[in-house]
Amino acid sequence: MTIASSSPPTRRPRAREDEGDGRLAAVFIAPALLGFLVFLLWPTLRGIYLSFTRFNLLTPAKWVGLDNYDRMVHDPIFWSSLRVTVEYVFINIGVQTVAALAIAVLLQRLTQSALLRGIVLTPYLMSNVVAGIVWLWILDTQLGIGNEIIGGLGFDHIPFLADKTWAIPTIALINVWRHVGYTALLLFAGLQAIPNDMYEAAKVDGASEWRMFWRITMPLLRPVLAVVLIMTVIGSFQVFDTVAVTTAGGPANATNVLQYYIYGSAFGRFQFGYASAMSVALLIVLSAITFLQYRITRAGQTDLG
Amino acid sequence: MATLTTTPNVPNTPTPTAQQEIVRPSRPRPSVGKVAAWIAMAAIMLVTLLPFYWILRTALSTNTGLAAHPSDPLPVDFTTGGFERALGLQSTKEAIAQGGSGGGLKFWRYLLNSVIVSTLVTVGQVFFSAMAAYAFARLRWRGRDRVFGLFLAGLMVPAIFTLLPNFVLIKQLGLVDTLLGISLPTMFMTPFAVFFLRQFFMNIPREVEEAALLDGAGKIQVFFRVLLPMASTPVLTLGVLTYITSWNDYFWPLMVSYSDSSRVLSVALAIFRSQTPQTGYDWSGLMAATLIAALPMLVLFGAFARRIVSSISFTGIK
Repeated sequence: MTIASSSPPTRRPRAREDEGDGRLAAVFIAPALLGFLVFLLWPTLRGIYLSFTRFNLLTPAKWVGLDNYDRMVHDPIFWSSLRVTVEYVFINIGVQTVAALAIAVLLQRLTQSALLRGIVLTPYLMSNVVAGIVWLWILDTQLGIGNEIIGGLGFDHIPFLADKTWAIPTIALINVWRHVGYTALLLFAGLQAIPNDMYEAAKVDGASEWRMFWRITMPLLRPVLAVVLIMTVIGSFQVFDTVAVTTAGGPANATNVLQYYIYGSAFGRFQFGYASAMSVALLIVLSAITFLQYRITRAGQTDLG
Repeated sequence: MATLTTTPNVPNTPTPTAQQEIVRPSRPRPSVGKVAAWIAMAAIMLVTLLPFYWILRTALSTNTGLAAHPSDPLPVDFTTGGFERALGLQSTKEAIAQGGSGGGLKFWRYLLNSVIVSTLVTVGQVFFSAMAAYAFARLRWRGRDRVFGLFLAGLMVPAIFTLLPNFVLIKQLGLVDTLLGISLPTMFMTPFAVFFLRQFFMNIPREVEEAALLDGAGKIQVFFRVLLPMASTPVLTLGVLTYITSWNDYFWPLMVSYSDSSRVLSVALAIFRSQTPQTGYDWSGLMAATLIAALPMLVLFGAFARRIVSSISFTGIK
């Protein structure tokens, strides 16, 4: 711990100019540091500790070494939940990134309308719970307008959320609907930083929009795209709400994503130790992804977006 | 201030004033590509907005009407019964007759809970993070970089990881099923909030601060009277986004709250949805409830939309 090197906290926020602002800084930083230590650092360490224990909340945690990890490696539901989560992330991120990029470029090259930008953001104002319920209704097999349209076109109704193959893509797309506008605005921010004269110069040279997109927009946007991608990947790995509201992990574990399984283990079966071990696994996966992405894209050199 | 003609890879510098009105080059006359692009844009807007209309249309229909005319674009058998059920204004008998579960939704209680939690979290988080950001950006003290590095590392820990241990902690503190228990973990800071504001404070010229100091103001006054007001746009953006995030949060409140006393709207809504009456879902009531739950955020956003949108568009805040 490094706080020892700063001055001890004090109630008197007065500092002399020439001896630095140690005391004042201590006061200013105290609440945030308290929150950081108590609700971020301590839980992180404790989560790792709990993963080596058997713990049901009622009796003290009992050290069991690697038992939880051993169990995890041999737990088919854990592996299936990991697979389902990865499947979700791929569909969610793939569609979302392409769609967000398209929206951002359209917003940039077509119009500067703040109204359209505002509209794009509206689904982000809904909670995942609301978005889940609304799409549950729209995609309802019997009465949903989605299936009415599909039926009207002469196709069979699709059991979007009740079918093993459809459920995960459906949940992934519901979350794309909610988040794509936000991601688009982040990319739009990146696009705004590309000097307009580059487009003008290209235009003078007779370049098409399509060509300008690949030769100017994409190369210059890449660092921003990388940062946005890291954030959205990490965010989408933590999918829970939509699953909880729409399918509750079913049918037959087809949407039992890792986060949902962790929740079920902890609060359904009171296996906090095992749930913690799976959280550690998730943490490791996420750290690895972050690390890889930073290495590949060198996104680390831009500041945090 | 970062202008649009500088390096292309830094969208992150918070720019205090929105540079909305960018002079565009004169456009050529509409081409096929342009028309296609506008059609794509219209389709995007449609997909974005239609669900909202469908919520409203369903909420104003009766459940029997919905079953009879599932694709009617207008409300079927116009009624406000759905809203009455969602707000708990109907008697159980009435509600069941109209396809509701009869299970209560203490709407005003949940609304109040949501308001309290979101306000506590937003005010606390933004204010404390601003103080810390100021200390990191503007004050000289030993160990500053190391403590900041620690905060930086905190960004790497995904929220999900701390939820279980935080639940254990909140339980040990005896705060399960309380509004404070829901609020505490994010009330003091998030690493992101500290970063975001620190970055803004770093960009304020030293001279501004020095002028105030020369005028005899203390550093505390400089923070409250000079820097904080100057940071009003990022603070507002962060505040509104924090409010929305906190309002929409579901996982953590679901863990911590067990009864009506601490139940927030998002959790109540999910429970309302799971109370399926024998006749099938009460879609009309559900859509009314979702609309009511989402409305405050739509209003809040509507009030600040311009500043928020340009702030996100120009700073890349996450």
